[in-house]
Amino acid sequence: MPKLLVQDSGPLTTVQDRGRFGYQKFGMPTAGAMDKFSYKIANLLVGNKEEGVLEYTYNGPKLKFEQDAIIAVTGAKSEVKLNGKNIKMWQSQYIKKGDILQILPSQKGLRGYIAFKSGFNLPETMGSKSTYLRADLGGYEGRKLENGDVLEINNEVTKKNYTFKSLEKAYRPDFSKNKIRVIMGPQDDYFTKSGISKFLEGEFKVSNQADRMGYRLEGPKIEHEDGADIISEGIAEGSIQVAGNGKPIIMLADRQTTGGYTKIATVITVDIDLVSQKKPGDLMFFEKIDLKSAQKLLNKRKEIYKSIKKQNRELTDSKHYNIKINGEKHEVELREIIQ
Amino acid sequence: MQIKYKVAGDSALLIEFENKIAPEINNEVRKMYLAIKNKEICGVEELIPAYCSILLLYKPIEITKSKLVEKLNTLKNNLEKFNIEKPDVIEIPTVYGGEYGPDLDYVAEYNNLSKNEVIEIHAQRKYLVYMLGFTPGFVYVGGMSEKIATPRLDKPREKINKGSVGIAGSQTGIYPIDSPGGWRLIGRTPLNLFNPFREPPFLVKAGDYIKFKKISEDKFEKIKKEKAKIGRVKNA
Repeated sequence: MPKLLVQDSGPLTTVQDRGRFGYQKFGMPTAGAMDKFSYKIANLLVGNKEEGVLEYTYNGPKLKFEQDAIIAVTGAKSEVKLNGKNIKMWQSQYIKKGDILQILPSQKGLRGYIAFKSGFNLPETMGSKSTYLRADLGGYEGRKLENGDVLEINNEVTKKNYTFKSLEKAYRPDFSKNKIRVIMGPQDDYFTKSGISKFLEGEFKVSNQADRMGYRLEGPKIEHEDGADIISEGIAEGSIQVAGNGKPIIMLADRQTTGGYTKIATVITVDIDLVSQKKPGDLMFFEKIDLKSAQKLLNKRKEIYKSIKKQNRELTDSKHYNIKINGEKHEVELREIIQ
Repeated sequence: MQIKYKVAGDSALLIEFENKIAPEINNEVRKMYLAIKNKEICGVEELIPAYCSILLLYKPIEITKSKLVEKLNTLKNNLEKFNIEKPDVIEIPTVYGGEYGPDLDYVAEYNNLSKNEVIEIHAQRKYLVYMLGFTPGFVYVGGMSEKIATPRLDKPREKINKGSVGIAGSQTGIYPIDSPGGWRLIGRTPLNLFNPFREPPFLVKAGDYIKFKKISEDKFEKIKKEKAKIGRVKNA
């Protein structure tokens, strides 16, 4: 089976897919990619539907390929080197046996994704390949990658399997944006008027306590009307909990499934990805939008996904010939269409 | 039955029942949960039932919120006709005291009881599982006797073995995975409340009852060995 060697893992590189669903009622967090748009695009660019990808954090890994592969790198903006030469992000790339891929520290954003055509040969745990670090399960032996690990890719590829695909520039996310759109509730009525306006008008900074589970923010104290505790209930991804100290916490991929703190608002799905790309020290603001607008934005993504799938029939490799017909010189380009 | 719907982001709806922790309210949650599950509404992805609420996760591209609420209301209004199965009672074999439950002495002393009395009281009732949460497979149960209520440790332990049975205030519970924690440990069960390589991975679900049963150390080891055989499927 095709292999790749992890020469340098980077500080936190894990295998993630869309997440582990169906077990939240048993207290099982979903885990899964933090920036789901970048994750999804990476897979689509290499022609996968949903496969486990590598999610790296700030410093990308250095990988040596022992077989040909087709990959795509998306997410945080970094210099991506193939055998020391820059290659582009947000597009599919053919990798030859012996190539070395290295991803330098991110310049914008925090998390990057590398998808491999046909995915990793790893077992699914409870229906998913996502690593959930707190219970040591899923992904690669339930842990983050370490130097010297060897990953197996499901199928061998040749040039014939390669289709050039890229995400249009207009669709690429801008991780320097810091306006986070939210839908108020479900417990916005537990806060004072001044608490609500501080939340919507204040500036918040990502604290050092920011990980895959959630981001604690520093900022103006958001006051409750009458205490921060509620009877424990389910927590949706992107929920913004405010505990008694008035500091918000945005609940992310590895969040616990239930909790007993008031939730002032919920980050809209498309902006959860942007939150996930923020690092400690980064600033953010919240803007209230309505449910319909948020759902419209979410549905728009399907169009972007479709546009990449359509590139399936794109023209690929070309060969150039100079031929003579009836004494007239013609330059001919021959291309192969791969479905 | 009164329920309220609250928006919890663009892909989740919170269904709220009367805001209190009580078996009768939790029973309404369970009924509604089973009714929704049974109906298999297109676009509904997952349900997280809790003490007095259900968080419903849905795909807005497949169903709108208003359509969803309409369907939920229909279900709610016909709930009385809906035939629900009886809750399961799951027996939790437990070794009490000694190295399995190092705080049993303290719990007895704190409540002016003998160790045997604590065990008897703890294992006597069946406890309603209101919900799961906190860590994979952690059960929030209710109904423990106040006679054995004991405050948490001042300083939590760094590592508690999975299967440990503890008391915190007037709550009792079981640690499903090795984790830090501050509960007073009175015993341990050899059962795996959570095993990702088993189908189903979780032993207990919301709405079930659990009942502790005192067993000997020998029995504990015997059950543990049997479980280990099942565990080997992992590497098969």
